[in-house]
Amino acid sequence: MKIKEKNPKLNQNNNNPIDQQMEQDDIQVTSPWKDSLRQLRKNRFAIAGLIIILFFVLLAIFAPLLTSYAYDKTDIVNRLQPPSGEHWFGTDDVGRDIFTRIAYGARISLQVGIFAVSGALLFGTILGIVAGYYGRWIDMVISRVFDILLAFPSILLAIAIVAILGSSLENALIAIAIVNIPIFGRLIRSKVISLREEEFVMAAKAQGMKNGRIILHHILPNSVAPIIVQATLSFGTAILEAAALGFLGLGAQPPTPEWGAMLAGSRDFIQLAPWTLIFPGVSIMLVVLGFNLIGDGLRDALDPKMKN
Amino acid sequence: MQRPILEVSHLKKYFDVRGGIFGKKVGEVKAVDDVSFTVHEGEILGIVGESGCGKSTTGKTILRLIEPTEGEIKFEGQDITSLNYEAMRKLRRDMQIIFQDPYASLNPRHTVEKIISEPLLIHGMNKQERKSRVRELLEVVGLSSYHASRYPHQFSGGQRQRIGIARALANHPKLIICDEPVSALDVSVQSQILNLMESLRDQFNLTYVFIAHDLSVVKHISDRVGVMYLGRLVELTDKDKLYDDPKHPYTKALLSAVPLPDPDVEKERIILEGDVPSPSNPPTGCAFHTRCPMAMDICKDIRPSFEQVEVNHFVACHLYSDPAQ
Repeated sequence: MKIKEKNPKLNQNNNNPIDQQMEQDDIQVTSPWKDSLRQLRKNRFAIAGLIIILFFVLLAIFAPLLTSYAYDKTDIVNRLQPPSGEHWFGTDDVGRDIFTRIAYGARISLQVGIFAVSGALLFGTILGIVAGYYGRWIDMVISRVFDILLAFPSILLAIAIVAILGSSLENALIAIAIVNIPIFGRLIRSKVISLREEEFVMAAKAQGMKNGRIILHHILPNSVAPIIVQATLSFGTAILEAAALGFLGLGAQPPTPEWGAMLAGSRDFIQLAPWTLIFPGVSIMLVVLGFNLIGDGLRDALDPKMKN
Repeated sequence: MQRPILEVSHLKKYFDVRGGIFGKKVGEVKAVDDVSFTVHEGEILGIVGESGCGKSTTGKTILRLIEPTEGEIKFEGQDITSLNYEAMRKLRRDMQIIFQDPYASLNPRHTVEKIISEPLLIHGMNKQERKSRVRELLEVVGLSSYHASRYPHQFSGGQRQRIGIARALANHPKLIICDEPVSALDVSVQSQILNLMESLRDQFNLTYVFIAHDLSVVKHISDRVGVMYLGRLVELTDKDKLYDDPKHPYTKALLSAVPLPDPDVEKERIILEGDVPSPSNPPTGCAFHTRCPMAMDICKDIRPSFEQVEVNHFVACHLYSDPAQ
């Protein structure tokens, strides 16, 4: 490392010499985040995942511009049409354009991912930090609740929750969020427990820092990496779970163009009109694959120790 | 003499050992077992001992980073063991700590600026003052102000330790516990840091409790030295007295292990037999009797009290205790 000394007098005249120095210095001041980002950019699979997700995001945003059909407009005369120039992905059993429904379905799936994951993330993080940082009986209580939630197969638990709340997309979303809380909670709890024993956290305590500040400024920023990775991976899982609930008729209700519900609705025509299943199926697969690829890439970039 | 700044009396820290399905207490590790000493204002008290003898735990317990099981810690005449969370938090600006591992003691996600200014912030200093104080501190510890915008991973071990020292100095503390501050550093860097710490002591009238396992480091920096064995203080006296005229058999053995830079000197090396006993099940009586070359019958049964045998020379050993007792 070569350090270029600057004239100290010059610095003192400057209002903001430190910032100035940062720009002029020979050494690149790299934050750990930037290092990780550079690492991620080198990962081809992660980039592929990113492109897939970006494609679906654009599809969702520009859905009305990409197609002239409405997603719920039936056209009995043109039912079960194979893919053609007019209907890119063909039509379903009541003559709705499948491409249009896939595009609008992307909106739903991404929304499900965002809301279910952020809900699970928020509550999971809070519970995980409280359990990990304060320990003792509160850790016992929270951890046992997590254990109970994790003991159920996630889809079964989601079905139970939806059965209580009633079947709709919102309730499916809530159910998926609840199912994912212990996954985040446990992850964060274990990270917090290891960080709590770190010397820099003890140093923070020795300086007289309040617990809240220690958590926000020392514990949380250092546990963000696994949280981001898990959030990305859970995004895919959440979409898959929403599709499963939709397929079972417990999630989005017709005529909502939810991919899982589309699969369920086309089940009878699998031999007659396979495109009615292939396109929603492939869409689900691609989105989940995309998030998993990004998640794996992020894991490698942010936390090299987590690599098997 | 100078007035005492820190008085530790009968300090104990027992860690519970839990086991079984219900996490019942099955035993305890006596990490610090009845330790008493006084630190005077402006002096450097060295504490030496093997690894695992409880010296770091003692240091952290004094700051209540680890809560003591029993005993009294008086800082400037005030018993701090009974202080509540908020009062203790306020007091922390007067008593600081420098950690052993400069790689673990700095938050990797914070810049140096943030690391050093945080203690200023939490004790209420405004932004402008903080900025100039950080620069001042960096210069004091031998770094440059343009280092402020960098991250810890861009520094060497010695530089990081300087950052740790700057952070400890931020709020003008009176007492600093130095928990093996140089043992993770290269020998050449060790002396730089030690010299820095000495000059800071003179400059800011600091008091150090200097914990180390390296006898030559302690000899270099301390005014008085305490020797710990298995959670207990076995000897405490002035530096010169300890190195010239050690009383306790353990101190003698420890000092005989210090290598001399002269190959011709024939030294009588006292080799201790066996290992350090487990602190979860320390020997009865004197903790050292199992390995002591001069053990007597009384050593197995009665724990020797920590007594002054000469002026300013405290020893816990039956060899020197009053036969009348």
